[in-house]
Amino acid sequence: MCLAIPVLIKSIEDKEAEVEIGGITRRISLQLTPEAKVGDYAIIHTGYAINILDQEGAEETLKLLEEIAETAEEGE
Amino acid sequence: MRFITEFRRPELAEGLISQIHHKSKTAVRLMEFCGGHTVTIFRYGIRQALPKTLEMVSGPGCPVCVTANADLDKAIALSQIPDVIITTFGDMLKVPGSYSSLQEAKASGADVRVVYSTMDALKIAEENPDKSVVFLGIGFETTAPTIAASILMAQDKGIQNYHVLSLHKLCPPAIRAILDCGEVRLQGLICPGHVSVIIGSHPWESVARDYNIPCVISGFEPLDILQCISMLVAQVEKGESRVEIAYRRGVHPEGNREALKIMEQVFEPCPAQWRGMGEIPGSGLKLRGKYRHFDAELVFSIVPEPACEPEGCICGDILRGVKTPTDCLLFGKVCTPEHPVGPCMVSSEGSCSAYYLYGGSFGE
Ligand code: SF4
Repeated sequence: MCLAIPVLIKSIEDKEAEVEIGGITRRISLQLTPEAKVGDYAIIHTGYAINILDQEGAEETLKLLEEIAETAEEGE
Repeated sequence: MRFITEFRRPELAEGLISQIHHKSKTAVRLMEFCGGHTVTIFRYGIRQALPKTLEMVSGPGCPVCVTANADLDKAIALSQIPDVIITTFGDMLKVPGSYSSLQEAKASGADVRVVYSTMDALKIAEENPDKSVVFLGIGFETTAPTIAASILMAQDKGIQNYHVLSLHKLCPPAIRAILDCGEVRLQGLICPGHVSVIIGSHPWESVARDYNIPCVISGFEPLDILQCISMLVAQVEKGESRVEIAYRRGVHPEGNREALKIMEQVFEPCPAQWRGMGEIPGSGLKLRGKYRHFDAELVFSIVPEPACEPEGCICGDILRGVKTPTDCLLFGKVCTPEHPVGPCMVSSEGSCSAYYLYGGSFGE
């Protein structure tokens, strides 16, 4: 029920954003994320953006996981 | 970066799995609190990939499952009041209360409508000024701010016929209740990701400290869960008990300040009934006095019959992590997703449904 998915914010108008979920265009509320910008990926839960995803944080995590995978391979 | 497939890369999963196997020496039991995590763990076969030292148990993290029958009965009783439209998220429809479900109430004429968002419920209220629209406020900290936002919006727009039955639940008090009762001994917690998007990592600090238990917040992709387990194992082996975030792209230590502000403006903590766990102090949310005219419980006086539980269903024990779905005699025979006996089979994030859909032999 806390299901929430990352979606791209395509346009913003009056505290609402247009996003695409599974090929369907929907309007979602930005009441909880006033900092949202067009081009951001937001986590959407029951029609509200509950957070803006942190691109840098995502890249850092993936870099770390790549290093772990390399070390694991060397260890074998 | 689309934030989905990147976190499903098999070669990175293999790296993490081999790291976990390499690091894990001590036999420990880890609990994933959240039903969304349970689904990821089962869907990607994560339990089977883990070393024998790690036992995984599922916790009570599905708001639909933990809603007490007495509260469901209230919702169903509200649907029987003339000129009341019940609006709810779809998950709640099929959940059996003591005597019937919302779906059955709807079939016998009650006006029950499934909405995707509270914004849809508000629209229904605006379109039906001569009726009362009650939204069933069910959910954890992830959902509560969205419902608080709808109440502020109703206030703003002067919508008088919108009411909320607030059955919200808070996660940290429930985790404390499980750790306090000591029925299951846990050595690590996979903390809920989208709850923590809102509340941040700070509320888990006192849990980690008070119970000497490593707490790691995870996202919902398979790499998130594996990274989380790897971090938990590292802490276990070093004898540490700290809060860490394995969901950096989504969770900031301070949470979503705006959402917390709105939630605190509208709601205040109250005791709440959890299925299988009874009343937990400070684990619910009720509307503050200023917003009492939106509170369905105060606006409509409802006195449902005393609640009772479905015979043979052990959802309560499963939610506490004491039993698994396969311990239930009804599992897969009498109780299936098409004909659910208890809520853990109805909800797509319930443990019984996850076991049923992804194979009953999991975890054995
Ligand atoms: S299998 Fe069905 S009856 Fe048994 S505990 Fe799960 S939901 Fe309840």
